[in-house]
Amino acid sequence: MAIELRGVVKQEGGQIHIHETNLSLEKNAFNILLGTTLSGKTTLMRLMAGLEKPSSGRVFFDGRDVTGVAVQKRNISMVYQQFINYPNLTVRENIASPLRVARVSAAEIDRRVAEAAELLRLSPMLDRLPAELSGGQQQRAALARALVKDSDLVLLDEPLANLDYKLREELRQELPSILAEKGAIVVYATSEPHEALLLGGFTAALHEGRIAQFGPTAEVYRNPVDLRTARIFSDPPINTALVAKKGNTFHLNESVKWPVNDATCGLADGEYRVGLRPHHITPMRRGEGSIEVMARVLVTELTGSESIVHLDIGGHRWISQSHGVHAVAIGATETMYLQTHRFMYFESDGSLIAA
Amino acid sequence: MAAKTANHKAWWLVAPVVALVAFNALIPMMTVVNYSFQETFGDNVFFFEGFKWYEQVLGSERFHAALGRQLAFTFTILVIEIPLGVAVALAMPRKGIGVSVCLVLMALPLLIPWNVVGAMWNIFALPDIGLLGRALNGLGLAYDFTQDPTSAWITTIVMDVWHWTSLVVLLAYAGLRSIPEAYYQAAKIDGASAWAIFRHIQLSKMKRVLTIAVLLRFMDSFMIYTEPFVLTGGGPGNTTTFLSIDLVKIALGQFDLGPAAAMSLIYFLIVLLLSWVFYSLMMRNEER
Repeated sequence: MAIELRGVVKQEGGQIHIHETNLSLEKNAFNILLGTTLSGKTTLMRLMAGLEKPSSGRVFFDGRDVTGVAVQKRNISMVYQQFINYPNLTVRENIASPLRVARVSAAEIDRRVAEAAELLRLSPMLDRLPAELSGGQQQRAALARALVKDSDLVLLDEPLANLDYKLREELRQELPSILAEKGAIVVYATSEPHEALLLGGFTAALHEGRIAQFGPTAEVYRNPVDLRTARIFSDPPINTALVAKKGNTFHLNESVKWPVNDATCGLADGEYRVGLRPHHITPMRRGEGSIEVMARVLVTELTGSESIVHLDIGGHRWISQSHGVHAVAIGATETMYLQTHRFMYFESDGSLIAA
Repeated sequence: MAAKTANHKAWWLVAPVVALVAFNALIPMMTVVNYSFQETFGDNVFFFEGFKWYEQVLGSERFHAALGRQLAFTFTILVIEIPLGVAVALAMPRKGIGVSVCLVLMALPLLIPWNVVGAMWNIFALPDIGLLGRALNGLGLAYDFTQDPTSAWITTIVMDVWHWTSLVVLLAYAGLRSIPEAYYQAAKIDGASAWAIFRHIQLSKMKRVLTIAVLLRFMDSFMIYTEPFVLTGGGPGNTTTFLSIDLVKIALGQFDLGPAAAMSLIYFLIVLLLSWVFYSLMMRNEER
């Protein structure tokens, strides 16, 4: 089972929302659409669902052209960022609603509702109204409604974005296993890179209505094809700068320089844009190729488990992310280490040439 | 822990409001209470009469008849205006220039002074010179709101529906607009029928504003005075004499201040009681 977009374009009032897109998503894997707001995640989902018709291009399901087919005939389910339930129906009736429309027998409805409720730990709340539930429970009910029917395609549009931290963590852990049993094509939109990494599967990185890269999530993360993808897939934002290659050395400025390695020795001399993820700038020496730099502290953000420090390194405002709490004074000059093996080198058009 | 310091200065901040409410509500009302328990022949000479006026009003055929007409009128316009308002709101466009056009059109009747509404309909419906009256009679219908009670009632109700359905439309439309698009999408994906969407999404999301609409229309229509007064003057006979018209007749026409005062208070209590019943019934539904 697969859903395939062939040359799909979505244009509205002279504005292109989705540029020509070719994408094939398989079942039994988490397919993630990763991108910032307005990158086209929701539009792409709506196109897959059939809630919108592409301006050109076709949508295929299992090789069958479903481009014009109405959404209610496509056997899909969708969960939204907002908690969408019928406000005047109990949780039980809410979960049962897609089955009632499909005229499933009463006994079968009871069985499947109980099953879905069990899976999402809603059994004690079946007779309550959505308004009487917490946000997390409301979203669970919406998920149960999406899962109770045997959809071919399950679309999840930032389903965890409106939940508080704890509930988000909890559901994020449960979702892959819950959905794995469905045997449906699962598409999950998110704007958070670490959410994509935690969920695994495949990721399509979206940028301004284009799919910048599609592949196994870890692969896209480790080997972004270009700077845009690297940016989409980095939170805190990836550090970038122009460096000059002279002979066997890269120069960030007069004092910060590092030698070429196996991957970069073949590059011609000249200017390159480099990217370095925040967690590759650390307060301690880590891994080979670390070089010592003096950095002035501009801003510090300490969360319980990690420290994010904005630094001035050779005139560049870069960010360091490290585990644990490192109390550093603002304005102080600290010794930091750049893991130069982790630098990604980009061509002037943004495409990756060495990493 | 520091001892709680009493600071009564805050009362001064409330004082203007208290004074205002006292002058525009409490003091006039106490005057009415005063009249309702006494008999006066002028010259500020009063005789205490106890509950005599209350008993007289509550036992009078005339009051019962006016109350009956009032209830019938209010019930009828609620039954027409609420569903009609919801239907019009559902039919209104959701985006584009049509929205502003519709909203302005809807707001127009609400902007017309009440006595002008009465005068307009009076002239419009006159059987000899009015557009509506002439047209109906031309069709062979025996229509004359100045002579025929049925015609008078229908005209009064149509006038009220024309005047006030807009309010229900605007409230219902606001309720509809506040429903996120995702609800409709979700229903569409479920394959829910138009009826199910109306019943389970639109209506249940509009519940709160409709509660307000019903309450407003109930209270307003129960106290209706100006429009029927201008249109029919309460006639023919007493057939469109609603409570407030009757009250004015007693108080200013006959100058029976005692019974009029007692009737005012009874009237007030009925509105208060029915509003409370309506409100608590609907809020209980809401919470369930």
